[in-house]
Amino acid sequence: MTDETQGVHRSFVTVEVAGETFGIAIERVREVFTPDRLTHVPLAPHEIAGVLNLRGRIVTAVDMRSRLGLPRRDEADKPMAIGIDHRQEAFALLVDRVGDVLDLPADGQEAPPTSLDPRWIHVAEGVYRLDSRLLLILNVERALDTQSALAAAA
Amino acid sequence: MDDLLRDFLTETAENLDHVDNELVRFEQEPANDKILGNIFRLVHTVKGTCGFLGLERLEAIAHAAETLMGEFRSGALATPEAVTLILAAIDRIKEILADIEKTGAEQPGDDADLIVLLEKAAIEAKAPKAAPAIDPALGRELRPGEVSLDELERAFRDTPGPEMTVAAEAPKKSKKKEAVAAVAPVAAVAAPKAPAKIEMEAANDAGAPAERAASSESAIAGQTIRVGVDTLDRLMTMVSELVLTRNQLLDTVKRIGDKDFNLPLQRLNHVTAELQEGVMKTRMQPIGAAWRMLPRIVRDLAADLGKKIELVQEGADTELDRQVLDLIKDPLTHMVRNCADHGLETPAERASLGKPELGTIKLSAYHQGGCIVVEITDDGRGLDLERIKSKALANGLATEAEIEKMSEAQIMRFIFAPGFSTAAAVTSVSGRGVGMDVVRSNIELIGGSVDLRSTFGKGSTVIIRIPLTLAIVSALMVSLGADIFAIPQLVVLELVRARPGGDQRIERIGDAPLLRLRDRLLPLVYLRQLLDLPRADKEKEDDAFVVVLQSGDDVFGLVVDDVLHTEEIVVKPMASSLKEISLFAGTTILGDGSVVLILDPNGVAQAVGPSAAVDAARAKSAETVSADEVGSVVPLLLFRAGGQAPKAAPLALVTRLEMIDASTIEIADGRPLVQYRGSLMPLIAAAPDVYLKESGDQPLLVFADDGRTVGLIVDEILDIVEQRIDIGVASIVPGVLGTAVIAGRATEILDVGHHLTLAFDDWLKRKDRPAEATAMPTVLLVDDSAFFRNMLTPVLKAAGYRVVAASGGGEALEIVRKGGRYDVIVSDIEMPGMNGFEFAQALTEEPTVGGTPILALSSLSGDTVVEQARDAGFVEYIAKFDRPGLIAALQHFAPGYRSAA
Repeated sequence: MTDETQGVHRSFVTVEVAGETFGIAIERVREVFTPDRLTHVPLAPHEIAGVLNLRGRIVTAVDMRSRLGLPRRDEADKPMAIGIDHRQEAFALLVDRVGDVLDLPADGQEAPPTSLDPRWIHVAEGVYRLDSRLLLILNVERALDTQSALAAAA
Repeated sequence: MDDLLRDFLTETAENLDHVDNELVRFEQEPANDKILGNIFRLVHTVKGTCGFLGLERLEAIAHAAETLMGEFRSGALATPEAVTLILAAIDRIKEILADIEKTGAEQPGDDADLIVLLEKAAIEAKAPKAAPAIDPALGRELRPGEVSLDELERAFRDTPGPEMTVAAEAPKKSKKKEAVAAVAPVAAVAAPKAPAKIEMEAANDAGAPAERAASSESAIAGQTIRVGVDTLDRLMTMVSELVLTRNQLLDTVKRIGDKDFNLPLQRLNHVTAELQEGVMKTRMQPIGAAWRMLPRIVRDLAADLGKKIELVQEGADTELDRQVLDLIKDPLTHMVRNCADHGLETPAERASLGKPELGTIKLSAYHQGGCIVVEITDDGRGLDLERIKSKALANGLATEAEIEKMSEAQIMRFIFAPGFSTAAAVTSVSGRGVGMDVVRSNIELIGGSVDLRSTFGKGSTVIIRIPLTLAIVSALMVSLGADIFAIPQLVVLELVRARPGGDQRIERIGDAPLLRLRDRLLPLVYLRQLLDLPRADKEKEDDAFVVVLQSGDDVFGLVVDDVLHTEEIVVKPMASSLKEISLFAGTTILGDGSVVLILDPNGVAQAVGPSAAVDAARAKSAETVSADEVGSVVPLLLFRAGGQAPKAAPLALVTRLEMIDASTIEIADGRPLVQYRGSLMPLIAAAPDVYLKESGDQPLLVFADDGRTVGLIVDEILDIVEQRIDIGVASIVPGVLGTAVIAGRATEILDVGHHLTLAFDDWLKRKDRPAEATAMPTVLLVDDSAFFRNMLTPVLKAAGYRVVAASGGGEALEIVRKGGRYDVIVSDIEMPGMNGFEFAQALTEEPTVGGTPILALSSLSGDTVVEQARDAGFVEYIAKFDRPGLIAALQHFAPGYRSAA
C-alpha cells in the first residue's frame, strides 16, 4: 500500500503487554510462536523468563512485563513469543498478545515523551500517534540487552 | 557488506595468518628465498586488493611493509627488529580489518607512526647498492616498494602455493603491464583456487579462519565450495531435530505396534543416521587451525623472555569437530605459553646444563582408539616434584602421609588443582589467573582428559585426549522439584541415598551438612541453596540423594531431590546473557525436546568454597572424635610452628583450620587481629619463634568458644594422626605440655590452655573481680592426666567457671572433706588408686557434698559402663572429647557466667 504522497512506510508488528500496545519493526521479527516448555534458569536476571527449544535452537526468553516493570502475568494467561535474532543468538520476547501489522509512514515517528518511566524510555525507539492511542516502538537491541538493564537498576 | 569485501576479509585474514607464520620461519632461516617469496607474495596480494577496494589505510601500511620486505629480497639482513616491525604492521592491518568487519567500511585513523618506522627501517636496510634501475616494463624508476614485473613473476614462479597456479597465470595473461601490481591480486580474488575441502568461512571471526588445503590436493580443486559455518551449524541442529523426531516416531510405533510402519521407518532410521554422519563430517577441521597462531605467540614469547624456542608441529592435518576445536584452542595456547614461560630454561641455563640453547616445544596430534590425542612436549626443566609436594602441603591439598603414599604421577597431577602454580614468580606471560585447573576443566567438559609425564631436568609432556566426535557428553540427570539439571558424568564419583537414621545419613556440625561415607566425612552442599531455590521441607532435606562430585581435587556431595537417569547429551553454549552464571556450563536439549541446564562442576566447587577441603579435614577429625574410642587414643593435629620438630594439639579442641590471606591481618594495640566471620579474632603465635607471613596464605588453628574465637598462628599444618599420647618428657617451656613420640617423631604437645589464656587474658582478669567471682560457679575437675587437666581448665574458665583440679579420687575426696564446696564435680572414670566409680560412691557418703551433681567424663564407652556410672551416682556421662557436651551439661547443672549474665 505505497502511497506516493506519503513516501516511505515502515511495518510494525503490534504486541500487547499488560494492556499497553507496542510496535516492533517487522524486519526484526523472525517469527511469532507460542512458547512451550520454558526452562527456568536459576540465578538469571529476573526479566529472563527462561530458555526454550525452538526447532533445535536454544532460545532465551525475555519477559517484557518484567523488562518494563509491569505486573506479572496471571499463571493462567499463556504468553506469546516474538522470535528475534540478536547478535547471532535467538531470543524471544514474551508478550501477552500479538496484534495486527501496521504500516506507518517512516517520518511520522516522534521521540518518546520524556515523562515516561525511565525503563520505558530506555527501550523506546519512538512513538506514533495513532487515532485511538499511542504506539510505542520498541528498540529491540535495548530491550534484549539485559546486562545494561541490570546496570541501570544497580 | 558486499560479497567482494567479505571475500576479501576472509582471504586476507587467512593470508595474514600465513604471513605471521612465514615471518617467524623467515627469521629463523633468513637465507630461505622461498619463504621470503611467500611472504612477499601474500603481503603484495593484500596491498593490491586493498588498492582495488579503495581501502587506503590498509594499502598504505601494506605498501610500507612491502617496501621493507623488498629490501630483504634485495639482500638486506632481516634483523629481529625489522621482523618485529613487520609483525606490528600485520597486527595493525588486522585491527583495521576487524573494524571493517564490524562497520563495513574502513575507519579513519592515522598510521603515520608505523609507516615512518617502516620506511626508516627500509632505508636503513638498504645496502649501499647500485642506483635504482629503470624498470623496463614501466619505463621509469621503481618507486620504493614497487617491484619490477620480472621480479614479481619470478616470485610467483618460484613460489609454490595454494593459489599458485591460478594467481600466477593471471599476470602473465595480463598485458596491462603498468597495472601489474593491482591486477595480480585482483585476479587472485576473482579466481581464488577453491580449497580441496569445504572451508569454514568464519564470517564473524576472521581471526580464526579454516586451514587452507595443502597444494598437493589441488587436483580436486573446483569440486569444493565454501560454506558458512552458521549454515552448517543450522544444518546440524536440524539434523538433531530430525533425530529427535525419528526417536519419537519409533517410540510411538513401538507402542501402537503397527507393522505397516516398520519398513518406511527403518529406511527413515537409516537415512537419518547417514545424514547425521554426513553433516558431522562437514564440521571436521584439521587441528592445525587451532595451532595457527601458536608460532607467532611462541616467537613473541621467546623475544619477551629472552629464550630461544623452536616450535615443532606434527599431525596438523588430524581432523576433529569444529566445536571441539574451538574449545581446545585456548587450553592449547595456554599450555604452549606455559611451556615457553615455565618449562623452558633461558639459553644460559640450558648451556650450563649441557642442553642445546634452542629449546623445543613440540605439538603433535594423532588418532588413537576413537580419540584424538594431542601432546605438548617441551625439553625444558620438567616438573619439580619436591616443589609440588611442598606447595600441595602448604595449600592443604594433601597431608604429608598421603603424599608419601602417592606415585609421582599422582603428585604431578596436583598442578591441575585450582590456584596451583609452582612458578616462583607470577609473570606477565603465564600469570593470567588461568591455571591448569581451567585447562583441565575445559577439556573434561567436552569429555576429554589431561595427563602429564615429566622428568625433572629433561622436560615434560602434557597429553590431552579428546573425543573425536561432537561434544557428546554422558550426563546424569538430577531434579529439584520439577526442574531438571544435567551433571557431566565424568565428575560424578558415586551416588548415595541418604535417609535419616539410615546407614548413610546427613549429619551436621554447626550448620554445615556432612555425609559419613565409609572412611571419610564429605562436605555437602544443597543444590537448592546454590541455585537460590526455595528450600525443601525439613524432613525432606535429610531424605535426599547425594551426588558425590570431584572437581579438581575437591570432593564434595551435592544434595538433590532426585536422581533420574543418565543420557548422552550434546552440549550447547549458554546464551551470552546467562554466561555470567558460573554454575552452568551450557544447555542441552533432551529427547523430549525440553531444554536442560548443565551444571558446571567447577563453578559448583567454587560456590561451595575453598575451605571445603579444610572443612573436610575437620570433619574427618570430628568423626574420629564421635567414633567409639578405645583407651585414650586421641586424634591429634600435627603442625609446624617454629623450629623443625612438629608440634601437636588435640584436634578436639580445634574448631577449624583456616588459611587466611596474610594481607588481611591487622595489627591493633601491638597485637595481630583478623576479621573473622564478622568479628575480630585475636591471633596468638603457637610458639615464640613463629612469625606471621607477610604475604600469601597464613595457616591458623581456630579455637572458638561461646562466641569468642582465637587464632593460633602456625607455619604449616601437617597432618592428623590418631594416637595414644604418652608424654615422655615434661616441659618447662610455658605453652608446651611436653614431648611425645608421634608418628615416629619427637613431637611437642602444645598446651592449648596456655595460649587460650594468653588470648583471653583481659577477659579472665575481668572475671576475677571479686564481685563477679562470687557469682561464678566452681567446678571440681578430677583427672589423673595432667594433660587433660591442663587442657580442660582454661576451657572451663573461658566458659565462666572457677576450676579446682585434682589428680585423683583420693585427692579430690580430701579437698571435699576439707570443706571445699563445689557447684558441680567432673570426674574421670579410669584413674589409678581410687577410680571414678569408687570416688562417686565415696562422695555420696560425704554429708557436705549431698546433692552436688557429679559428671563422668571418660573415654570408656558402652551401655554397661554408662549404667555402672549411673549406679555409682553420676548424673551424666560425657565422652572425653565432647567438649560442647561437657559445657552443655555444666550449663545445665550449674549455669555459668555467660548464661547467668
